[in-house]
Amino acid sequence: MTKIVLSLSLVALLAGCSSSGTWGWYVIDPTTKSGWINITFLVSGMWNTILISVIAAAISIVVGLIVALPGQSSKRGWRIVNRVYVELVRSIPLLPMLFWVFYGLPIIFKSMGMNVPIDPFWGAIITLAISDSAFTAEIYRSGIQSIARGQREAAQTVGLNYFQTMRYVIMPQAIRRILPPLANQFIYIVKMSAFASVIGMQELTRRANELVVTEYRPLEIYSLLIVEYLILVLIISAGVRWLERRMGSDERQ
Amino acid sequence: MAQAAIELVNVNKWFGDFHVLKDISLTVGTGEKVVICGPSGSGKSTVVRCINRLEEHQNGTINLDGVELTNDPKSIASIQGEVGMVFQQFNLFPHLSVLDNLMLGPMKARGLSRSAAEEKARFYLERVRIPDQADKKPAQLSGGQQQRVAIARSLCMEPKVLLFDEPTSALDPEMISEVLDVMVELAHEGMTMVVVTHEMGFAHKVADKMIFMDEGEIVEHGTPEQFFASPKTERCRTFLSQILKH
Repeated sequence: MTKIVLSLSLVALLAGCSSSGTWGWYVIDPTTKSGWINITFLVSGMWNTILISVIAAAISIVVGLIVALPGQSSKRGWRIVNRVYVELVRSIPLLPMLFWVFYGLPIIFKSMGMNVPIDPFWGAIITLAISDSAFTAEIYRSGIQSIARGQREAAQTVGLNYFQTMRYVIMPQAIRRILPPLANQFIYIVKMSAFASVIGMQELTRRANELVVTEYRPLEIYSLLIVEYLILVLIISAGVRWLERRMGSDERQ
Repeated sequence: MAQAAIELVNVNKWFGDFHVLKDISLTVGTGEKVVICGPSGSGKSTVVRCINRLEEHQNGTINLDGVELTNDPKSIASIQGEVGMVFQQFNLFPHLSVLDNLMLGPMKARGLSRSAAEEKARFYLERVRIPDQADKKPAQLSGGQQQRVAIARSLCMEPKVLLFDEPTSALDPEMISEVLDVMVELAHEGMTMVVVTHEMGFAHKVADKMIFMDEGEIVEHGTPEQFFASPKTERCRTFLSQILKH
Protein backbone atom coordinates (compact mmCIF):
# COMPACT_ATOMS: atom_id res chain seq x y z
CA MET A 1 0.00 0.00 0.00
CA THR A 2 2.65 2.48 1.08
CA LYS A 3 4.65 1.58 -1.99
CA ILE A 4 1.78 2.49 -4.27
CA VAL A 5 1.14 5.82 -2.58
CA LEU A 6 4.83 6.52 -2.71
CA SER A 7 5.34 5.83 -6.37
CA LEU A 8 2.18 7.77 -7.27
CA SER A 9 3.37 10.85 -5.39
CA LEU A 10 6.75 10.57 -7.03
CA VAL A 11 5.15 10.37 -10.43
CA ALA A 12 2.94 13.34 -9.59
CA LEU A 13 5.94 15.38 -8.56
CA LEU A 14 7.96 14.47 -11.58
CA ALA A 15 5.01 14.97 -13.89
CA GLY A 16 5.42 18.68 -13.59
CA CYS A 17 9.01 18.44 -14.74
CA SER A 18 8.70 19.71 -18.23
CA SER A 19 5.86 22.13 -17.65
CA SER A 20 6.55 25.83 -17.68
CA GLY A 21 5.47 28.55 -15.29
CA THR A 22 6.59 28.95 -11.68
CA TRP A 23 7.71 25.32 -11.44
CA GLY A 24 11.13 24.45 -12.71
CA TRP A 25 11.27 20.69 -12.57
CA TYR A 26 13.89 20.71 -15.29
CA VAL A 27 16.58 20.89 -12.56
CA ILE A 28 15.76 17.34 -11.58
CA ASP A 29 14.34 16.05 -14.85
CA PRO A 30 15.82 12.57 -15.25
CA THR A 31 15.26 12.70 -19.01
CA THR A 32 17.77 15.48 -19.50
CA LYS A 33 21.47 15.07 -18.94
CA SER A 34 21.87 17.98 -16.53
CA GLY A 35 18.72 16.95 -14.60
CA TRP A 36 20.03 13.43 -14.23
CA ILE A 37 23.41 14.68 -13.02
CA ASN A 38 21.60 16.81 -10.42
CA ILE A 39 19.51 13.87 -9.24
CA THR A 40 22.52 11.61 -8.83
CA PHE A 41 24.27 14.41 -6.95
CA LEU A 42 21.34 14.73 -4.56
CA VAL A 43 20.66 11.04 -4.04
CA SER A 44 24.35 10.25 -3.53
CA GLY A 45 24.03 11.97 -0.15
CA MET A 46 21.85 9.05 0.93
CA TRP A 47 24.81 6.82 1.66
CA ASN A 48 26.27 9.23 4.23
CA THR A 49 22.88 9.86 5.83
CA ILE A 50 22.42 6.12 6.29
CA LEU A 51 26.01 5.59 7.41
CA ILE A 52 26.06 8.25 10.14
CA SER A 53 22.57 7.24 11.30
CA VAL A 54 23.44 3.56 11.57
CA ILE A 55 26.77 4.13 13.33
CA ALA A 56 25.24 6.70 15.69
CA ALA A 57 22.35 4.33 16.49
CA ALA A 58 24.76 1.47 17.16
CA ILE A 59 26.79 3.60 19.56
CA SER A 60 23.63 4.92 21.18
CA ILE A 61 22.34 1.38 21.82
CA VAL A 62 25.53 0.49 23.69
CA VAL A 63 25.92 3.81 25.54
CA GLY A 64 22.21 3.81 26.42
CA LEU A 65 22.54 0.42 28.12
CA ILE A 66 25.65 1.53 30.01
CA VAL A 67 23.74 4.61 31.17
CA ALA A 68 20.56 2.68 32.01
CA LEU A 69 22.09 0.00 34.25
CA PRO A 70 23.23 2.29 37.11
CA GLY A 71 19.70 3.68 37.08
CA GLN A 72 18.51 0.28 38.36
CA SER A 73 21.05 0.14 41.17
CA SER A 74 20.03 -0.01 44.81
CA LYS A 75 22.84 2.49 45.52
CA ARG A 76 21.64 6.07 45.40
CA GLY A 77 24.91 7.39 44.02
CA TRP A 78 24.64 5.26 40.89
CA ARG A 79 21.05 6.30 40.32
CA ILE A 80 22.08 9.96 40.55
CA VAL A 81 24.77 9.42 37.90
CA ASN A 82 22.09 7.98 35.63
CA ARG A 83 19.61 10.81 36.31
CA VAL A 84 22.15 13.57 35.78
CA TYR A 85 23.27 12.10 32.46
CA VAL A 86 19.76 11.57 31.16
CA GLU A 87 18.40 14.95 32.25
CA LEU A 88 21.44 16.88 31.05
CA VAL A 89 21.77 15.23 27.66
CA ARG A 90 18.06 15.21 27.04
CA SER A 91 17.77 18.95 27.59
CA ILE A 92 20.53 20.02 25.19
CA PRO A 93 19.13 20.81 21.73
CA LEU A 94 20.86 18.91 18.98
CA LEU A 95 22.20 21.90 17.05
CA PRO A 96 24.04 23.55 19.97
CA MET A 97 25.43 20.16 20.94
CA LEU A 98 26.63 19.66 17.39
CA PHE A 99 28.43 23.02 17.45
CA TRP A 100 29.90 22.22 20.85
CA VAL A 101 31.23 18.85 19.71
CA PHE A 102 32.50 20.05 16.35
CA TYR A 103 34.02 23.41 17.32
CA GLY A 104 34.45 23.06 21.10
CA LEU A 105 35.59 19.51 21.75
CA PRO A 106 38.84 19.78 19.69
CA ILE A 107 39.85 22.73 21.88
CA ILE A 108 39.37 20.63 25.01
CA PHE A 109 41.48 17.87 23.46
CA LYS A 110 44.14 20.40 22.50
CA SER A 111 44.25 21.82 26.04
CA MET A 112 44.84 18.30 27.27
CA GLY A 113 47.78 18.02 24.90
CA MET A 114 46.02 15.71 22.48
CA ASN A 115 45.61 16.43 18.83
CA VAL A 116 42.25 14.88 17.98
CA PRO A 117 40.74 16.51 14.94
CA ILE A 118 37.00 16.01 14.71
CA ASP A 119 35.79 15.87 11.13
CA PRO A 120 32.16 16.47 10.16
CA PHE A 121 31.56 12.73 9.82
CA TRP A 122 32.57 11.82 13.39
CA GLY A 123 31.32 15.11 14.81
CA ALA A 124 27.85 14.27 13.53
CA ILE A 125 28.01 10.69 14.74
CA ILE A 126 29.21 11.61 18.24
CA THR A 127 26.52 14.26 18.59
CA LEU A 128 23.70 12.07 17.34
CA ALA A 129 24.83 9.12 19.45
CA ILE A 130 25.15 11.09 22.70
CA SER A 131 21.94 12.97 22.16
CA ASP A 132 20.04 9.77 21.38
CA SER A 133 21.63 7.72 24.18
CA ALA A 134 19.61 9.58 26.83
CA PHE A 135 16.40 8.45 25.14
CA THR A 136 17.75 4.95 24.54
CA ALA A 137 18.62 4.73 28.25
CA GLU A 138 15.04 5.61 29.16
CA ILE A 139 13.74 2.94 26.79
CA TYR A 140 15.98 0.34 28.47
CA ARG A 141 14.84 1.58 31.89
CA SER A 142 11.16 1.13 31.17
CA GLY A 143 11.81 -2.25 29.56
CA ILE A 144 13.86 -3.55 32.48
CA GLN A 145 11.42 -2.15 35.03
CA SER A 146 8.53 -3.88 33.29
CA ILE A 147 10.03 -7.23 34.31
CA ALA A 148 8.62 -8.22 37.69
CA ARG A 149 10.92 -7.95 40.69
CA GLY A 150 10.31 -11.63 41.47
CA GLN A 151 12.34 -12.58 38.40
CA ARG A 152 15.43 -10.89 39.78
CA GLU A 153 14.84 -12.43 43.19
CA ALA A 154 14.39 -15.91 41.75
CA ALA A 155 17.61 -15.49 39.77
CA GLN A 156 19.41 -14.45 42.94
CA THR A 157 18.17 -17.49 44.84
CA VAL A 158 19.52 -19.86 42.18
CA GLY A 159 22.89 -18.23 42.65
CA LEU A 160 23.14 -15.93 39.64
CA ASN A 161 25.18 -12.75 40.08
CA TYR A 162 24.09 -9.35 38.80
CA PHE A 163 25.41 -9.72 35.25
CA GLN A 164 24.19 -13.29 34.88
CA THR A 165 20.76 -12.16 36.06
CA MET A 166 20.72 -9.39 33.47
CA ARG A 167 22.09 -11.58 30.71
CA TYR A 168 20.02 -14.73 31.19
CA VAL A 169 16.86 -13.60 32.97
CA ILE A 170 16.03 -9.91 32.68
CA MET A 171 17.27 -8.88 29.23
CA PRO A 172 15.85 -11.83 27.25
CA GLN A 173 12.42 -10.86 28.59
CA ALA A 174 12.90 -7.08 28.42
CA ILE A 175 14.25 -7.10 24.86
CA ARG A 176 10.78 -7.78 23.43
CA ARG A 177 9.56 -4.57 24.96
CA ILE A 178 12.76 -2.65 24.23
CA LEU A 179 13.39 -3.47 20.59
CA PRO A 180 10.33 -1.91 18.93
CA PRO A 181 10.69 1.53 20.62
CA LEU A 182 14.43 1.35 20.02
CA ALA A 183 13.85 0.81 16.31
CA ASN A 184 11.37 3.65 16.37
CA GLN A 185 14.03 5.87 17.88
CA PHE A 186 16.16 5.14 14.82
CA ILE A 187 13.69 7.15 12.74
CA TYR A 188 14.51 10.20 14.87
CA ILE A 189 18.21 9.70 14.34
CA VAL A 190 17.75 9.59 10.58
CA LYS A 191 15.77 12.81 10.61
CA MET A 192 18.09 14.56 13.06
CA SER A 193 21.07 13.62 10.92
CA ALA A 194 19.98 16.47 8.62
CA PHE A 195 21.60 18.84 11.14
CA ALA A 196 24.97 17.40 10.17
CA SER A 197 24.66 19.49 6.99
CA VAL A 198 25.53 22.66 8.92
CA ILE A 199 28.99 21.42 9.81
CA GLY A 200 29.61 20.43 6.21
CA MET A 201 28.73 16.76 6.27
CA GLN A 202 27.96 15.70 2.70
CA GLU A 203 24.61 14.02 3.39
CA LEU A 204 21.16 14.44 1.86
CA THR A 205 20.37 17.89 3.21
CA ARG A 206 23.83 19.30 2.52
CA ARG A 207 23.65 18.12 -1.08
CA ALA A 208 20.27 19.78 -1.51
CA ASN A 209 21.54 23.05 -0.01
CA GLU A 210 24.53 23.07 -2.30
CA LEU A 211 22.45 22.46 -5.38
CA VAL A 212 19.97 25.17 -4.41
CA VAL A 213 22.81 27.67 -4.22
CA THR A 214 23.89 26.95 -7.79
CA GLU A 215 20.49 26.26 -9.39
CA TYR A 216 18.22 28.72 -7.50
CA ARG A 217 15.41 26.15 -7.49
CA PRO A 218 14.63 25.62 -3.76
CA LEU A 219 11.04 24.45 -4.23
CA GLU A 220 11.84 21.56 -6.54
CA ILE A 221 15.08 20.52 -4.87
CA TYR A 222 13.72 20.60 -1.31
CA SER A 223 10.61 18.75 -2.50
CA LEU A 224 12.82 15.97 -3.73
CA LEU A 225 14.78 16.12 -0.46
CA ILE A 226 11.58 15.57 1.52
CA VAL A 227 10.70 12.62 -0.67
CA GLU A 228 14.13 11.14 -0.05
CA TYR A 229 13.62 11.25 3.74
CA LEU A 230 10.09 9.98 3.30
CA ILE A 231 11.32 6.91 1.46
CA LEU A 232 14.00 6.24 4.07
CA VAL A 233 11.63 6.59 7.00
CA LEU A 234 8.88 4.51 5.38
CA ILE A 235 11.35 1.70 4.83
CA ILE A 236 12.45 1.87 8.46
CA SER A 237 8.93 1.97 9.84
CA ALA A 238 8.01 -1.03 7.73
CA GLY A 239 10.93 -2.75 9.43
CA VAL A 240 9.72 -1.62 12.87
CA ARG A 241 6.26 -2.99 12.19
CA TRP A 242 7.69 -6.30 11.08
CA LEU A 243 9.73 -6.40 14.28
CA GLU A 244 6.71 -5.61 16.44
CA ARG A 245 4.71 -8.36 14.78
CA ARG A 246 7.52 -10.84 15.35
CA MET A 247 8.00 -9.83 18.98
CA GLY A 248 4.27 -9.81 19.56
CA SER A 249 3.82 -13.33 18.25
CA ASP A 250 6.70 -14.50 20.43
CA GLU A 251 4.98 -13.09 23.48
CA ARG A 252 1.73 -14.87 22.78
CA GLN A 253 3.05 -18.41 22.61
CA MET B 1 24.37 -30.45 69.26
CA ALA B 2 25.59 -29.82 65.80
CA GLN B 3 25.95 -26.29 64.51
CA ALA B 4 22.63 -24.58 63.80
CA ALA B 5 21.76 -24.28 60.11
CA ILE B 6 20.17 -20.90 60.69
CA GLU B 7 20.57 -18.66 63.67
CA LEU B 8 18.91 -15.26 64.09
CA VAL B 9 19.85 -13.19 67.12
CA ASN B 10 17.92 -10.02 67.97
CA VAL B 11 17.27 -9.15 64.34
CA ASN B 12 15.60 -5.79 63.71
CA LYS B 13 14.44 -4.31 60.47
CA TRP B 14 12.66 -1.16 59.47
CA PHE B 15 10.96 -0.19 56.20
CA GLY B 16 11.36 3.57 56.59
CA ASP B 17 9.70 4.33 59.93
CA PHE B 18 7.84 1.03 60.02
CA HIS B 19 9.41 -1.45 62.43
CA VAL B 20 8.78 -4.74 60.57
CA LEU B 21 10.97 -7.07 62.62
CA LYS B 22 11.35 -6.58 66.36
CA ASP B 23 14.15 -8.47 68.10
CA ILE B 24 13.64 -11.70 66.22
CA SER B 25 15.66 -14.59 67.62
CA LEU B 26 15.31 -18.02 66.12
CA THR B 27 17.43 -21.13 65.77
CA VAL B 28 16.89 -23.78 63.13
CA GLY B 29 18.94 -26.93 63.53
CA THR B 30 20.17 -28.95 60.56
CA GLY B 31 17.32 -31.11 59.31
CA GLU B 32 14.78 -29.23 61.36
CA LYS B 33 11.45 -28.05 59.94
CA VAL B 34 10.10 -24.76 61.18
CA VAL B 35 6.68 -23.44 60.24
CA ILE B 36 5.97 -19.75 60.64
CA CYS B 37 2.41 -18.50 60.70
CA GLY B 38 0.68 -15.30 61.60
CA PRO B 39 -1.66 -12.67 60.21
CA SER B 40 -0.68 -10.80 57.05
CA GLY B 41 1.72 -7.96 57.69
CA SER B 42 3.16 -9.72 60.73
CA GLY B 43 6.64 -9.85 59.19
CA LYS B 44 6.78 -13.59 58.55
CA SER B 45 7.74 -13.25 54.89
CA THR B 46 10.31 -10.62 55.81
CA VAL B 47 12.03 -13.03 58.20
CA VAL B 48 12.39 -15.57 55.42
CA ARG B 49 13.55 -12.92 52.93
CA CYS B 50 16.21 -11.74 55.38
CA ILE B 51 17.56 -15.27 55.71
CA ASN B 52 18.41 -15.45 52.01
CA ARG B 53 19.36 -11.79 51.78
CA LEU B 54 16.54 -10.63 49.53
CA GLU B 55 16.10 -8.07 52.31
CA GLU B 56 18.75 -6.58 54.56
CA HIS B 57 18.29 -6.46 58.30
CA GLN B 58 19.47 -3.35 60.11
CA ASN B 59 20.75 -4.82 63.34
CA GLY B 60 21.19 -8.12 65.05
CA THR B 61 22.97 -11.06 63.46
CA ILE B 62 21.96 -13.80 61.07
CA ASN B 63 24.26 -16.82 60.82
CA LEU B 64 23.98 -19.50 58.19
CA ASP B 65 26.03 -22.57 59.02
CA GLY B 66 28.09 -20.38 61.32
CA VAL B 67 28.78 -17.74 58.65
CA GLU B 68 27.42 -14.31 59.42
CA LEU B 69 25.44 -12.49 56.75
CA THR B 70 26.94 -9.06 56.14
CA ASN B 71 27.08 -6.58 53.33
CA ASP B 72 30.41 -8.08 52.30
CA PRO B 73 29.90 -9.30 48.73
CA LYS B 74 31.79 -12.49 49.65
CA SER B 75 29.24 -13.21 52.35
CA ILE B 76 26.39 -12.69 49.90
CA ALA B 77 28.07 -14.82 47.25
CA SER B 78 28.68 -17.61 49.74
CA ILE B 79 24.97 -18.00 50.54
CA GLN B 80 23.66 -17.66 47.02
CA GLY B 81 22.43 -20.99 45.90
CA GLU B 82 22.98 -22.44 49.39
CA VAL B 83 19.62 -21.17 50.52
CA GLY B 84 16.82 -22.19 48.18
CA MET B 85 13.60 -20.28 48.02
CA VAL B 86 10.13 -21.13 46.80
CA PHE B 87 7.97 -18.09 46.20
CA GLN B 88 4.25 -17.56 46.47
CA GLN B 89 4.15 -16.46 42.81
CA PHE B 90 6.49 -19.27 41.64
CA ASN B 91 8.71 -16.76 39.77
CA LEU B 92 9.66 -19.22 37.08
CA PHE B 93 11.54 -17.74 34.14
CA PRO B 94 8.77 -17.48 31.51
CA HIS B 95 11.11 -17.28 28.50
CA LEU B 96 12.82 -20.58 29.31
CA SER B 97 11.55 -24.14 29.10
CA VAL B 98 10.99 -26.05 32.32
CA LEU B 99 14.27 -27.88 31.79
CA ASP B 100 16.19 -24.64 31.15
CA ASN B 101 14.64 -23.10 34.26
CA LEU B 102 16.16 -25.93 36.24
CA MET B 103 19.53 -25.91 34.47
CA LEU B 104 20.27 -22.18 34.59
CA GLY B 105 21.51 -22.00 38.18
CA PRO B 106 23.61 -25.19 38.14
CA MET B 107 25.24 -24.20 34.82
CA LYS B 108 25.87 -20.51 35.42
CA ALA B 109 26.34 -20.32 39.17
CA ARG B 110 27.84 -23.77 39.80
CA GLY B 111 29.65 -24.16 36.51
CA LEU B 112 28.17 -27.58 35.73
CA SER B 113 28.34 -28.88 32.18
CA ARG B 114 25.14 -28.91 30.16
CA SER B 115 24.82 -32.68 30.33
CA ALA B 116 25.44 -32.83 34.08
CA ALA B 117 22.94 -30.03 34.65
CA GLU B 118 20.37 -31.74 32.47
CA GLU B 119 20.81 -35.04 34.27
CA LYS B 120 20.28 -33.26 37.58
CA ALA B 121 17.29 -31.36 36.26
CA ARG B 122 15.58 -34.51 34.99
CA PHE B 123 16.30 -36.25 38.26
CA TYR B 124 14.54 -33.53 40.28
CA LEU B 125 11.67 -33.23 37.81
CA GLU B 126 11.11 -36.93 38.42
CA ARG B 127 11.14 -36.24 42.16
CA VAL B 128 8.37 -33.66 41.85
CA ARG B 129 6.57 -36.05 39.49
CA ILE B 130 6.44 -34.03 36.29
CA PRO B 131 9.22 -35.50 34.12
CA ASP B 132 7.03 -35.30 31.01
CA GLN B 133 6.71 -31.50 31.16
CA ALA B 134 10.42 -30.81 30.71
CA ASP B 135 10.19 -29.13 27.33
CA LYS B 136 7.14 -26.97 27.98
CA LYS B 137 7.15 -23.31 28.87
CA PRO B 138 6.02 -22.47 32.42
CA ALA B 139 2.87 -20.74 31.12
CA GLN B 140 1.68 -24.05 29.67
CA LEU B 141 1.59 -25.68 33.11
CA SER B 142 -1.02 -25.52 35.84
CA GLY B 143 -0.28 -23.55 39.00
CA GLY B 144 0.44 -26.67 41.00
CA GLN B 145 2.81 -27.94 38.32
CA GLN B 146 4.55 -24.57 38.15
CA GLN B 147 5.12 -24.56 41.88
CA ARG B 148 6.53 -28.07 41.73
CA VAL B 149 8.89 -26.94 38.96
CA ALA B 150 9.92 -24.07 41.23
CA ILE B 151 10.66 -26.54 44.02
CA ALA B 152 12.67 -28.69 41.61
CA ARG B 153 14.55 -25.59 40.47
CA SER B 154 15.57 -24.90 44.06
CA LEU B 155 16.56 -28.52 44.62
CA CYS B 156 18.84 -28.48 41.57
CA MET B 157 21.11 -26.11 43.49
CA GLU B 158 21.27 -28.72 46.27
CA PRO B 159 20.73 -26.11 48.94
CA LYS B 160 21.48 -26.60 52.60
CA VAL B 161 18.26 -24.90 53.54
CA LEU B 162 14.97 -24.52 51.67
CA LEU B 163 12.72 -21.56 52.40
CA PHE B 164 9.05 -21.46 51.42
CA ASP B 165 7.17 -18.18 51.34
CA GLU B 166 3.47 -19.07 51.29
CA PRO B 167 4.01 -21.68 48.57
CA THR B 168 0.35 -22.63 48.24
CA SER B 169 -1.35 -19.25 48.70
CA ALA B 170 -1.56 -18.50 44.99
CA LEU B 171 -2.87 -21.94 44.06
CA ASP B 172 -6.34 -23.15 43.30
CA PRO B 173 -7.59 -25.37 46.15
CA GLU B 174 -7.44 -28.59 44.15
CA MET B 175 -3.73 -28.07 43.44
CA ILE B 176 -2.60 -27.40 46.98
CA SER B 177 -2.21 -31.02 47.99
CA GLU B 178 0.05 -31.98 45.07
CA VAL B 179 2.50 -29.29 46.20
CA LEU B 180 2.19 -30.13 49.89
CA ASP B 181 2.79 -33.83 49.13
CA VAL B 182 6.12 -32.96 47.55
CA MET B 183 6.99 -30.77 50.53
CA VAL B 184 6.13 -33.52 53.01
CA GLU B 185 8.40 -35.91 51.11
CA LEU B 186 11.23 -33.43 51.24
CA ALA B 187 10.67 -32.99 54.95
CA HIS B 188 10.85 -36.73 55.53
CA GLU B 189 14.09 -36.91 53.58
CA GLY B 190 15.76 -34.61 56.10
CA MET B 191 15.82 -31.27 54.28
CA THR B 192 16.16 -28.25 56.55
CA MET B 193 13.03 -26.22 55.90
CA VAL B 194 11.55 -22.91 56.99
CA VAL B 195 7.98 -22.65 55.74
CA VAL B 196 5.70 -19.64 55.93
CA THR B 197 2.24 -21.07 55.48
CA HIS B 198 -1.29 -21.22 56.78
CA GLU B 199 -1.60 -24.91 55.93
CA MET B 200 -1.98 -26.17 59.47
CA GLY B 201 -2.46 -29.77 58.36
CA PHE B 202 0.99 -29.65 56.78
CA ALA B 203 2.40 -28.01 59.91
CA HIS B 204 0.94 -30.74 62.06
CA LYS B 205 2.47 -33.41 59.89
CA VAL B 206 6.03 -32.16 59.52
CA ALA B 207 6.88 -29.25 61.83
CA ASP B 208 9.43 -29.70 64.58
CA LYS B 209 8.77 -26.16 65.69
CA MET B 210 5.91 -23.73 65.27
CA ILE B 211 6.38 -19.98 65.29
CA PHE B 212 3.53 -17.52 65.58
CA MET B 213 4.29 -13.94 64.58
CA ASP B 214 2.27 -10.80 64.98
CA GLU B 215 3.24 -7.17 64.41
CA GLY B 216 6.88 -7.99 63.79
CA GLU B 217 7.38 -10.09 66.90
CA ILE B 218 7.61 -13.76 67.64
CA VAL B 219 4.64 -14.02 69.94
CA GLU B 220 4.73 -17.73 70.51
CA HIS B 221 6.85 -20.73 69.65
CA GLY B 222 6.78 -24.36 70.56
CA THR B 223 6.21 -27.89 69.32
CA PRO B 224 3.12 -28.38 67.15
CA GLU B 225 1.50 -30.45 69.91
CA GLN B 226 1.56 -27.71 72.51
CA PHE B 227 1.06 -24.98 69.92
CA PHE B 228 -2.22 -26.35 68.62
CA ALA B 229 -3.48 -27.87 71.84
CA SER B 230 -2.80 -25.03 74.20
CA PRO B 231 -1.78 -21.73 72.68
CA LYS B 232 -0.49 -19.49 75.47
CA THR B 233 -1.51 -16.08 74.18
CA GLU B 234 -4.84 -14.60 73.28
CA ARG B 235 -3.54 -13.33 69.91
CA CYS B 236 -2.45 -16.80 68.91
CA ARG B 237 -5.73 -18.34 70.05
CA THR B 238 -7.69 -15.81 68.00
CA PHE B 239 -5.54 -16.42 64.95
CA LEU B 240 -5.82 -20.18 65.15
CA SER B 241 -9.56 -20.05 65.65
CA GLN B 242 -9.85 -17.87 62.57
CA ILE B 243 -7.85 -20.07 60.23
CA LEU B 244 -9.07 -23.39 61.59
CA LYS B 245 -12.72 -22.38 61.63
CA HIS B 246 -13.55 -23.73 58.21
